[in-house]
Amino acid sequence: MKFTLSWLKEHLDTDASLSEITEKLTAIGLELEGIENPADAMRPFTVAKIISAQQHPNADKLRLLSVDDGSGNNWQVVCGAPNAVAGLVSVFAPPGTYVPGADFTIKATKIRDVESVGMMCSEKELEISDEHDGIIALPDDAPIGMSYADYAQLDDPVIDVSVTPNKQDCMGVRGIARDLAASGIGTLKPLTLPEITRSGNGPDVRSEDSEGAPAFFATTVKGVKNGPSPAWMQQRLRAIGQNPISALVDITNYIMLDHGRPLHVYDMAKLNGNLVARKAKAGEEVLALNGKTYALDDNMTVIADDDGAHDIGGIMGGEKTGAGDDTVDVLIECAYFTPESIAKTGQKLMLTSDARQRFERGVDPAFLADGLDIATALVLEICGGQASAMTKAGNAPSERRSITYCPDHCSTLGGVDVDSAVQVQILEALGFGVDQTSDAWTITVPTWRRDVVGSADIVEEIIRIKGLDMIAPVALPKSVTVAAATATPVQVLERKLRRTAAASGLNETINWSFISEKEAALFGGDWVLANPISEDLKVMRTSLLPALLSATKRNIGRGASSVRLFEIGRRYFKAKDGSSDEKLTLGIVLSGDKTARDWQSGKSSNFNPYDAKSAVENILSTAGVDVSRLMVMGDAGPHYHPGQSATLRLGPKNILAAFGALHPTAQKAFGIKGDVMAAEIYLDSIPLPKSRATMRSSYAPPSLQSVKRDFAFLLDEMTEAGKIINAIRGADKANITDARIFDRFAGEGVPDGKISLAVEVTLQPRDASFTDEDLAAISDKIIASAAKLGAELRG
Amino acid sequence: MSDIENIQNTYLAKVEAAADIESLDAIRVAAIGKKGEISLLLKTLGKMTPEERNVQGPIINGARTMIADAIAARKEALETAALNERLTSERLDMSLPAPQSHSGSVHPVSQVMDELTEIFADLGFAVAQGPEVEDDWRNFTALNIPETHPARAMHDTFYFPDKDAQEREMLLRTHTSPVQIRTMMEVAKRTEGKGEPIRIIAPGRTYRSDSDATHTPMFHQVEGLVIDKAIHMGHLKWTLETFVRAFFERDDIELRLRPSYFPFTEPSAEVDVGFSVEKGKRIIGGDRQGKEGGENGGWMEILGSGMVNPKVIENCGLDPNEWQGFAFGCGIDRLAMLKYGMDDLRAFFDGDLRWARHYGFDAHDVPTLSGGLSGKGAAA
Repeated sequence: MKFTLSWLKEHLDTDASLSEITEKLTAIGLELEGIENPADAMRPFTVAKIISAQQHPNADKLRLLSVDDGSGNNWQVVCGAPNAVAGLVSVFAPPGTYVPGADFTIKATKIRDVESVGMMCSEKELEISDEHDGIIALPDDAPIGMSYADYAQLDDPVIDVSVTPNKQDCMGVRGIARDLAASGIGTLKPLTLPEITRSGNGPDVRSEDSEGAPAFFATTVKGVKNGPSPAWMQQRLRAIGQNPISALVDITNYIMLDHGRPLHVYDMAKLNGNLVARKAKAGEEVLALNGKTYALDDNMTVIADDDGAHDIGGIMGGEKTGAGDDTVDVLIECAYFTPESIAKTGQKLMLTSDARQRFERGVDPAFLADGLDIATALVLEICGGQASAMTKAGNAPSERRSITYCPDHCSTLGGVDVDSAVQVQILEALGFGVDQTSDAWTITVPTWRRDVVGSADIVEEIIRIKGLDMIAPVALPKSVTVAAATATPVQVLERKLRRTAAASGLNETINWSFISEKEAALFGGDWVLANPISEDLKVMRTSLLPALLSATKRNIGRGASSVRLFEIGRRYFKAKDGSSDEKLTLGIVLSGDKTARDWQSGKSSNFNPYDAKSAVENILSTAGVDVSRLMVMGDAGPHYHPGQSATLRLGPKNILAAFGALHPTAQKAFGIKGDVMAAEIYLDSIPLPKSRATMRSSYAPPSLQSVKRDFAFLLDEMTEAGKIINAIRGADKANITDARIFDRFAGEGVPDGKISLAVEVTLQPRDASFTDEDLAAISDKIIASAAKLGAELRG
Repeated sequence: MSDIENIQNTYLAKVEAAADIESLDAIRVAAIGKKGEISLLLKTLGKMTPEERNVQGPIINGARTMIADAIAARKEALETAALNERLTSERLDMSLPAPQSHSGSVHPVSQVMDELTEIFADLGFAVAQGPEVEDDWRNFTALNIPETHPARAMHDTFYFPDKDAQEREMLLRTHTSPVQIRTMMEVAKRTEGKGEPIRIIAPGRTYRSDSDATHTPMFHQVEGLVIDKAIHMGHLKWTLETFVRAFFERDDIELRLRPSYFPFTEPSAEVDVGFSVEKGKRIIGGDRQGKEGGENGGWMEILGSGMVNPKVIENCGLDPNEWQGFAFGCGIDRLAMLKYGMDDLRAFFDGDLRWARHYGFDAHDVPTLSGGLSGKGAAA
């Protein structure tokens, strides 16, 4: 919301400086967005007279002017304007001046070999208008040497504040003045309503849509003469960035900005029959003032005559019936549109306007007749004509709300102890009524404060005017419980795994939660956005891998030779009840060099699927999972290489992780050259500690040394080595503490279709050392267990 | 010179001249081995008369001892020389690079979330979470933002065509505030409407359909909520001051509350933090001045806050006449940028390894209060 200082002072009697005013605006909740003085740019421009004008010796269309700018020097200016003749009073800019309308800085120069010092300016160059046919022509008595800024009275700072959606009253200058007055920055001037001489009946207008447009007031003014609005009005409109159009249109805009009261003017010659506010017919079209046609539905309110809808009620007037230069008789509409209805219509049509902004916040329902009077008086004053009586069709909901308020709420909620008398003073200055007959006050809310509904709102009014800097910090009471954890076990797990992953050389990334439909075709997706910001960010991911793979591709493209990335984030599924089922997941991608080329080996090495397995097992171990007990099964997913991937499961249906080499098709889809290893760990499947007890089971390290024995087996190459290891571990659980594969061999000496597997078994004696018989017995059990899987001991 | 003396000198000379362990050993065998010349001489002692033995014994034994000592000394010298030679030949160029271990990194947003969790844990705040795919009732309506409220238009919301079982529109949460709703509703349900004190923060991903140099369609927020019986704006101000000072790790940070409007708080305040300018960068805290000309310091908006609107408390099933409190919300990405000096938000979500190595954190830099959140320890 923009306004000028002089405009504010029409409503506010104050001696406060500009900076006092702008600081106060921010302090009371009207945040200063900017402040600008149009005079600043105009200060170097001066009123100057052309003493003489001679033909340029080298150019037919140019003249040599001698210009008196009151400085005592006469400047030689080369000028091409046809109206640059001796005696003309115009505007001169010396060298060094920045010309805003032409975006350049004047330099002393030679034009066709003749020196030119400074410039005579057109209206366009000063951004007064688009006029550029000649230089500015000022009256002959304009004082030579005066700054143009002073001459044109431009020294009027433009203040821009942001008005929060609750503050409809501050969508007009008068409301801002009222807030400032309440904060002690001056006095609100009384509003003098005009006396209007009327004749004849008011126009026949009515509302058939009591829900969308409960009140429709109107007056006609006949015999007007439309034309440019007066200079003072144009100057104010222009200062705040509105283009003056014509007196009739400017008047309605001016009142909207001055009082937050939108109005609309119809050219009666363009109307057929009486105006009525009604619901639109489904599909009915309106050609709006912005030149666009809008198709409406039957929840939207329009202003229509016998020919049809002209106006999207409260949002935008129609192109066909607006006032023009030749308008003679006008009808001025002042209606009350229901905020909710305006909001819905505006959202649906995706149409914003100054009127909508005000109606949807809720204009003052008690200011229809006054607003219309002010508009009528201005039309009569500026355009002449004869006003009719005012028609008041319907009623705006203008009952004043009552709120029970205890003055100590200001300190118990707002944290500021404000004296009762000061509270009353602030509230009354803002237009509230205060009845103090009992301890709990009864506050009457002004009609322009639709947002104030409860005691907390009253507290806000008082403390915002008093100043939030009055609030003294008060320590939160220390919580009663000592040393209670504030993070949930899942959060603790997430933090731990993040740092485990980072410690193992992986770099954490945070990727978009949405992926493209193309990626979703490979990885799946339950939630598809209706209004994505781009096609690449459309489907909520059900895997962390697509985004990690895209990041891998980007890194390779930037020359990275080794890519180790991870992310901890959610995958998004749809639950049966239509709500969101979000699963916390850790995703890993490894690509490029596992080890770089170095002087020892002379070559680099690549990641293989076991690196993915290692990463997964390392992280799961940190999570407290006994990795040796996990089932290794298939079904890692279609985006993995079917022969080089697996899942790790706690039970047949409880998948903790999937890992492996990426499927060549997926790899190609992401445009990555070279092998890619990937993994996902499903944090929500990892069992959390059941007990919060800190005590561990008792343990003393065995006093006897462990014994190692090696075995070599021949087995079918399709037999999973992991199963052999599990069988050996299970062969004698009391004595066998570990079994490790240390060699795997196929080829010479091993029959076709078989492999040789060498296993080191660790045996831990408990109470006494193993005897040869003990060892032989354990050995037999190991061999027997392996034999069940078809493995035979190598001789 | 006796014969024995001659023999002795001959062997001593040989020992001295022995070039390696092998020839030394041969000399040892020849001289004092089982059948060595001296050993044989020793055996002759037995056949001598006591008088002869008294004379010859010390001479022969003396010769043996001298030779044995000489061999031992020579052996040590030869071994030392051999070791020195080996060591010389085994020299490695220790300036050659060793195999590199790979150090990963923690994303600054994760690091900052851990920092926030740590700060607020000390104040008794638990961490709460909620879904990112949310329903419009919890994201808007329950927060006192009805469908037609202008504030809804201010949130550029991502919608799904789907509705949940209660016919609520599904969307991507535009802020972390629905976690307030979930937390209060859960408390209301668990206590059968009686209520109990609440202190939570809720960090997480949030979404708005906005994309330019300073906005990304996905970003991070942290929400704070305190519900109790006698909580007022003074507590809010203290909490925010404590949080901001702890987070930026300096005490000279000023806060400024400005009246504002959020449908879910009443009264509402935006919070500015004072900044100074040092070496062309904005530094949170200090005297709000510029150091060497150029831009001056001032106020920077960093979060929104207020007293929870009684309607919101009521919407969650708690009695607003009994319970009141405050809430605040703050952008985590921005906090990270202000503290650690990144200037491009988009880089947060690009996964560039070079960026991760520069701005990321070592896995072991776990924020702690004793070590200083950023791990620098106490000031000297």
